[in-house]
Amino acid sequence: MTFKKLLVANRGEIAVRIIRTARELGLRTVLAASEPDATSYAAELADEVEVIGPAAAARSYLKTEAVLGAATATGCDAVHPGYGFLSENAGFARAVADAGLTWVGPAAGAIELMGDKSRARQAARDAGVPTFRGSDALTPADDADAIAAEVGFPLVVKASSGGGGRGIRLVTEARELQRTLEMARAEAQAAFGDPTVYLEQFVSNARHVEVQILGDGERVIHLGDRDCSLQRRQQKVVEEAPAPALPEPVRARILESSTELGRQCSYRGLGTVEFLYDPVSHEAAFIEMNTRLQVEHPVTEMITGLDLVREQLLVARDGRLRLNQQDVTFTGHAFEFRVNAEDPASNFLPSPGTLSRLDWPGGPGVRVDSGVVTGSTVAPFYDSLLAKLIVWDSRRDDTIARSIRALGEVRIEGVKTTLPLLQAVLSRSEVRDVVHSTKFIESTPDLLGVSS
Amino acid sequence: MADIISPLPGIFYRKPAPDKEPFASEGDRIEAGQAIGMVEIMKQFSEVRSEVSGTLERFAVEDAGAVNPGDVIAVVAE
Repeated sequence: MTFKKLLVANRGEIAVRIIRTARELGLRTVLAASEPDATSYAAELADEVEVIGPAAAARSYLKTEAVLGAATATGCDAVHPGYGFLSENAGFARAVADAGLTWVGPAAGAIELMGDKSRARQAARDAGVPTFRGSDALTPADDADAIAAEVGFPLVVKASSGGGGRGIRLVTEARELQRTLEMARAEAQAAFGDPTVYLEQFVSNARHVEVQILGDGERVIHLGDRDCSLQRRQQKVVEEAPAPALPEPVRARILESSTELGRQCSYRGLGTVEFLYDPVSHEAAFIEMNTRLQVEHPVTEMITGLDLVREQLLVARDGRLRLNQQDVTFTGHAFEFRVNAEDPASNFLPSPGTLSRLDWPGGPGVRVDSGVVTGSTVAPFYDSLLAKLIVWDSRRDDTIARSIRALGEVRIEGVKTTLPLLQAVLSRSEVRDVVHSTKFIESTPDLLGVSS
Repeated sequence: MADIISPLPGIFYRKPAPDKEPFASEGDRIEAGQAIGMVEIMKQFSEVRSEVSGTLERFAVEDAGAVNPGDVIAVVAE
């Protein structure tokens, strides 16, 4: 469905990212902004700004009527949700379509399916995606002890409506099971409004790998894989593409089966199929699928030469993919570093403020996706992500050397940032040798409490 | 009268979760150290506590309203 004017229903670096590509495609942009964001860098770049409410996200960015109202009031004929906020809200996707606007994302049904983690797990299995030993959604009538014994200990209790690392509890032995189940159900009810949980085998020292897919509802292709193992508190800190030290048969299996999963649910747009990879058993297994543009999409762009936001907008507009699988080629290696306004020397305390100095690096293979410029206010109301530094070179070793050089050129004054952590991580031999896991940062005291 | 001051910038919430009861309401008897709300700063939450015992006279900030460090959040009659 053709469209000419795009509502950008997000803020910060991703709003800037979307506005840039929209402009290249000749689209007019309207930024839906909260009151404090009405003077942001993204607001400066957008053709128009529509204020949707006060600072609290619950009263602005998460308010479906306000966001949709901004689209209709300004004559937009399409909505891009970015990531977070309303991007995986099936009700919002449906409301946008019902209002006659184009939703830049998958159909509401696909969002709902993947939002229910136990149904998503079943869909993955049906498509031949490897999954860990685990259970279907457990009802209180099920014999949880018998099911748990089949899965084996240690295991994790996961909330069906969780995701993104939330709503997960570890059970190391059988006698803890019933108590943990009760707590997990109560927590899931409180946090997600749905007490449904399921069981899954626990893997220690795993890496996080994921596959980027792109579909038009009929044809689905993959744009390669990424590794996001460098995390802190289940939040990604550094990502890279392609996933290093992944045996080729494992890579082939996750790429092919993720594409098949997309095909089986008639997937349209960009999606990410996430896996845990156990480097000891060489097994990769499905965790969940995200039905939106991902924060770390630039590393895929660097190794494919594609603009993922452009492909996303074109599929939404034309209804079909313009690429075939053989059009997608992979060159070199890319890292992404998330620069957050947090102080690593004080237990990652948020650090809002005004950016009195902001100097980014340059040179070959260096890209910066920033939501702020010198003089910008970093508000205390939202996520702490300021900008992403993305670095490409032909080989992983060279990309690490170039990244150390590029990170060393960054000068930020006015707020504390996670730059010291990013630099410290890159200098570790475990990361160079790819023997790290998703718990590496948290289990390495030398990396916590680093200061510049 | 004692003011309860926000130590942080962020969003002030009167409830621990949208579908939960408020930490405290105007007219309630509160004890020193009791939480009367919380402030969210960049997705991290900190409870806001009264330093004194008394009656919660009034809130000076609405639920889900923005606060700056030093802003009066509520007033307690000792």
